[in-house]
Amino acid sequence: MMWPEYITVAALISIGLYGVMAKKNLMKIFIALSLMETGVNLLLITIGYIPGGTAPIENGNFAKYVDPLPQALVLTAIVIGLSVTALALTLLIWYHSKTGTLEYRRGMRW
Amino acid sequence: MRKVVAIILASAFFAVLLVSFSNIQQADYGEKEYYYQNPINGSYANESVPSHYISNTKNETGAVNAVTAIVVEYRGFDTLGEVTVLFTAATGVSFLLYKTRGGKKRTEANLILKEGSKLVLPFILLTGAYIFIHGHLTPGGGFPGGAVIASGFLLMMLSYPKFFMKERAVSVTESMAGITFAFIGLLGLVFASSFLQNFLPLGDAGYILSAGIIPIIYIAIGFKVGSELSSIADKLKEVQK
Amino acid sequence: MIELTIISWIMAFLVIGAAIYAIETKDLISAAIAAGVASLVVSIMFLVLQAPDVAITEASIGAGLTMAIFVYAIGRTGRWEE
Repeated sequence: MMWPEYITVAALISIGLYGVMAKKNLMKIFIALSLMETGVNLLLITIGYIPGGTAPIENGNFAKYVDPLPQALVLTAIVIGLSVTALALTLLIWYHSKTGTLEYRRGMRW
Repeated sequence: MRKVVAIILASAFFAVLLVSFSNIQQADYGEKEYYYQNPINGSYANESVPSHYISNTKNETGAVNAVTAIVVEYRGFDTLGEVTVLFTAATGVSFLLYKTRGGKKRTEANLILKEGSKLVLPFILLTGAYIFIHGHLTPGGGFPGGAVIASGFLLMMLSYPKFFMKERAVSVTESMAGITFAFIGLLGLVFASSFLQNFLPLGDAGYILSAGIIPIIYIAIGFKVGSELSSIADKLKEVQK
Repeated sequence: MIELTIISWIMAFLVIGAAIYAIETKDLISAAIAAGVASLVVSIMFLVLQAPDVAITEASIGAGLTMAIFVYAIGRTGRWEE
């Protein structure tokens, strides 16, 4: 079992969930979302790992490779995550220029 | 009150995740339990998807790196859509952040940072180009190479507050790279049977001129990602007077 | 193999500590930098998990560019959380 990686994944996703639920600053919520995204990427790579396998680059000496499919998925997911974060930050700058604040008070009253 | 509820919910979620992760088996995909059922005719496939990729990548695509072969060749259409998402995000950023003159005055960087970044920039660009040219042979490819190039321009933006990307050059690079990607896909429709199919000779695996259209497409992706990410960083930068 | 296990546990605690600091601090720039540190350590974990392509991408995008655009956006809005 790969407990360090799985505990990191669970902690990153839970900490991000706590940040999204408990924080009121919008910038902090986006930082929490980016932490959650890192956790999901790490989960996919960890599931694709095979003990004793090497990186999926053919070199003729090893017979056992790790699963290349999650790696290709995560490779594009990271770049998508950056572009979505940039668009979200742009909307955030717009919101700040209209209202003068980043605190999001009225919607969450519980 | 809100924080207490959030902590309780997050801890419960943590426990649920750990319990569900403890059932995962790091199985070898060559083992027996990895046989898949075909949904159409109900027969059991003799090999799984990852083992097909692992054992046939070199013969079918000519690329040594299986991740590159999946990103560009087996799932090239997905990559085209992903590049489109990136383009849409960059367009949205530059549409919403039109240039407003003004802003705080930033302190100048010191001499060592300025001269050092000028000295280091060509090597960063060279590293990025190496990463995306050798994408089918070594770890890397268009996405990491473009990101390295964009971080090189980011270094220039950090050390020179008045450094701007030339917008005309960025947009020309970006559109030429996108046109190259789509045009090679259409050539696959002409010379082979389907969109984005390989129509060039595969060559000897392991050499730089091999794997057909994979290096060309990855170079185009590298230019596209590099120009888009550096234009995003350039637009988000605070505008100086 | 025992060394690799110890290194993995150290990296796991580094990531968790950086994530908790990123959520709990009031200074948003410190939070962005802590999130970048978490991404950087996760990229070393990708390297240990035999995914060098993803490790390069995560090190340059997750730790470099994401942190930079967060810092730029914080510089345009406000640094301190209430």
